[in-house]
Amino acid sequence: MVEVKVGLGTCGISAGGYTVYDELKIEKDKNNIDFELKETGCMGMCYREVLVEINDDNGKWLYAEVDKAKVKKIVEDHLISGNPVEEWLVKIGKSESEDPFFEKQKRIVLRNCGEIDPNSIDEYVGMEGYSAIQKVINDDSPEEVIKSITDSGLRGRGGGGFPTGLKWKFTREAPGDKKYIICNADEGDPGAFMDRSVLEGDPHSVIEGMMIAAYAIGAEYGYIYVRAEYPKAIERLRTALGQATEKGYIGKGIFGSKINFDIKIKEGAGAFVCGEETALIASIEGKRGIPRVRPPFPAVKGLWGKPTNINNVETLANIPWIINNGPEAFASMGTEKSKGTKVFALAGKIAKSGLAEVPMGMTINEVVFEIGGGIKGGGKFKAVQMGGPSGGCIPASMGDLKIDYDEITKTGAIMGSGGMVVLDETTCMVDLAKFFLTFTQNESCGKCTFCRIGTKRMLEILEKITLGKGEEKDLDLLEELSYKIKESSLCGLGQTAPNPVLTTLKYYREEYEAHIRDKKCPAHSCAALIEYKVIPDKCTGCTLCARNCPVDAIEGSVKEIHWIDPEKCIKCSLCFQACKFDAIEKI
Amino acid sequence: MGENLSKELNLNIKEFKIDLLKNGSDPGALIPLLQSAQDSYGYVPEKVINYISEFAEIPAAEIYGVVTFYSQFRLKPLGKYIVKVCEGTACHVNGAKSIVDMLLNELGIGVGETSDDGMFSLLSVACLGCCSLAPVMMVNEETFGSLTPDKVRKVLKKYRQK
Ligand SMILES: Cc1cc2nc3c(=O)[nH]c(=O)nc-3n(C[C@H](O)[C@H](O)[C@H](O)COP(=O)(O)O)c2cc1C
Ligand code: FES
Repeated sequence: MVEVKVGLGTCGISAGGYTVYDELKIEKDKNNIDFELKETGCMGMCYREVLVEINDDNGKWLYAEVDKAKVKKIVEDHLISGNPVEEWLVKIGKSESEDPFFEKQKRIVLRNCGEIDPNSIDEYVGMEGYSAIQKVINDDSPEEVIKSITDSGLRGRGGGGFPTGLKWKFTREAPGDKKYIICNADEGDPGAFMDRSVLEGDPHSVIEGMMIAAYAIGAEYGYIYVRAEYPKAIERLRTALGQATEKGYIGKGIFGSKINFDIKIKEGAGAFVCGEETALIASIEGKRGIPRVRPPFPAVKGLWGKPTNINNVETLANIPWIINNGPEAFASMGTEKSKGTKVFALAGKIAKSGLAEVPMGMTINEVVFEIGGGIKGGGKFKAVQMGGPSGGCIPASMGDLKIDYDEITKTGAIMGSGGMVVLDETTCMVDLAKFFLTFTQNESCGKCTFCRIGTKRMLEILEKITLGKGEEKDLDLLEELSYKIKESSLCGLGQTAPNPVLTTLKYYREEYEAHIRDKKCPAHSCAALIEYKVIPDKCTGCTLCARNCPVDAIEGSVKEIHWIDPEKCIKCSLCFQACKFDAIEKI
Repeated sequence: MGENLSKELNLNIKEFKIDLLKNGSDPGALIPLLQSAQDSYGYVPEKVINYISEFAEIPAAEIYGVVTFYSQFRLKPLGKYIVKVCEGTACHVNGAKSIVDMLLNELGIGVGETSDDGMFSLLSVACLGCCSLAPVMMVNEETFGSLTPDKVRKVLKKYRQK
């Protein structure tokens, strides 16, 4: 039967996915057509939501930017008359040529995202789902499972990159009658949405990954710690858990064995530091999420004092694939020390913002230009920010760098969990460093003095610089504070908080210096250091700017060249954004 | 005191108590309990904190410690329309500042505050998960993307007229 799928991840929903879905349903009933209307997760092309895929005898047809008005024509022309609406298509039936956005990707973690209905356990089972857990229960000892994962070379996708097999081995070997497995779905990087998309698009793969991990380490209980800000992910997880319990996949004596396994969902309550494993454990225990000293590591002493293994969502979603396809298949992709694939959330000034999974070893340029379509609006590529508040900026001149844990760490940035924010010439690096420091300063739990007060002092200096009040000696002070904070903080939050400042100082020191010496912001972004001016040759006297100015700082009447009073201007940028003739410039 | 609390909350407190008996003094259910209080009331009222404290024998100060640690919990009720403006990385580099400025200007309240007429509350959040639409804000359950300051004005106008 013909299948019609609507992409209903958070991205699709925000763009109006449910309106499209409902409209399709109305048209279906009205015209009495026989097709199966389905929900699916994020297809990756978030920049062209709402996406609708039609699957018929002639192949897969993907429609982009569908809205209520377009539904009628698609139903009438394509579904009733069999004439696809060419101009709205991104993927065309059986034709070989794929949109370059998909062509370069290798989908392992995202194998089912945007393919299956996340609310249907049967569809997951239809894609080899829950076969890996049965295989290990029937054929493999826990030690053999650990060996497979070790051989695959899989490293933690939550940011640290610790070898997953080794971590499982530690937890397996730790003495204790009761052990726990935790799935870290806190996704704190404020510009990343990989884990959310996986949970929304393919929740069963994460559950199955947890089951295999639990079998390997000998745990009977699991927790999924998920951000409360992800309501759709939580809803789909709950549905998936309910179905798996009903089928007897989780619970007592799973798959006819003597093994018991149960999973609970814990909703986070909004604290970035709770992504850190010891803070996360404290939070599950109902306390303030404050990290503690390691060792002892959670593998030895974790939740309720018992050996606990924590893995990230993406790490776990890889597991069933590795078991089904063999560790060699996984290890055949990537570089010497970074195997498999990595999912990136492409965002910022990139033309094709969305979710992309690529083999390790691909270069940054390939991701930005070949998959991401380069810079939005034709601007100039300046840098990528990887690793969010713990990471740093890699300049465009290093675009040939391979995506590999160790190569990226060498630049001062980190692989992170997969946020890749692309920046162009209009982004001020000092302002960006200030942005991240504002975030970490806010989110510091306050336990360590250097992290609590040091980040505050750094933020004050950065504020001074962006206001044009910086002094030459400030840069050295920033560096000194950075190293002190890194050395004397207990957890990863403080240890990595200075990275955004250090990397921008390393690659864009001249931008800091321009703010300090010339009182200029080269990116024309810091409000205190720019002035708005009307370009007389371009001004048509349409009065739009004057009407938009909230402080009446623009003078001029109809068909006259306007003038901005620098004394009154509050630099809100509204005139600049409103002008239809590009007649206002920032200098 | 218990009769003043919503039915659902009472129910959860009972479950919490059972959990508590089962786990000894493990307060692991405190956060879910507070979440359910906030779901029922829109915020965590003082009386709920006192009630939980009495019932579960956790010092109120400790509960306050947890409530104030997590940004999800609020000790005051919010307005009718909750405006969540995204200040995540993608929104930041796509001009979130001008959106925030416009909201501050139009609503006449600061971030984290509620207007005197109880109509609007303004919250700042880090990533709403639709970075491809940056800059983004949400009003209650509805998302507005690719914002410009002018669009913000229009959206607020629509809600004011509702
Ligand atoms: C401040 C801080 C925030 C973190 N946030 C996350 C997060 O949001 N998601 C995540 O999976 N790991 C996060 N981590 C890493 C975790 O502590 C832990 O290493 C990870 O969940 C282990 O899983 P993995 O080995 O599968 O990567 C964070 C670490 C720190 C220090
Ligand atoms: S950064 Fe604003 S939605 Fe992601």
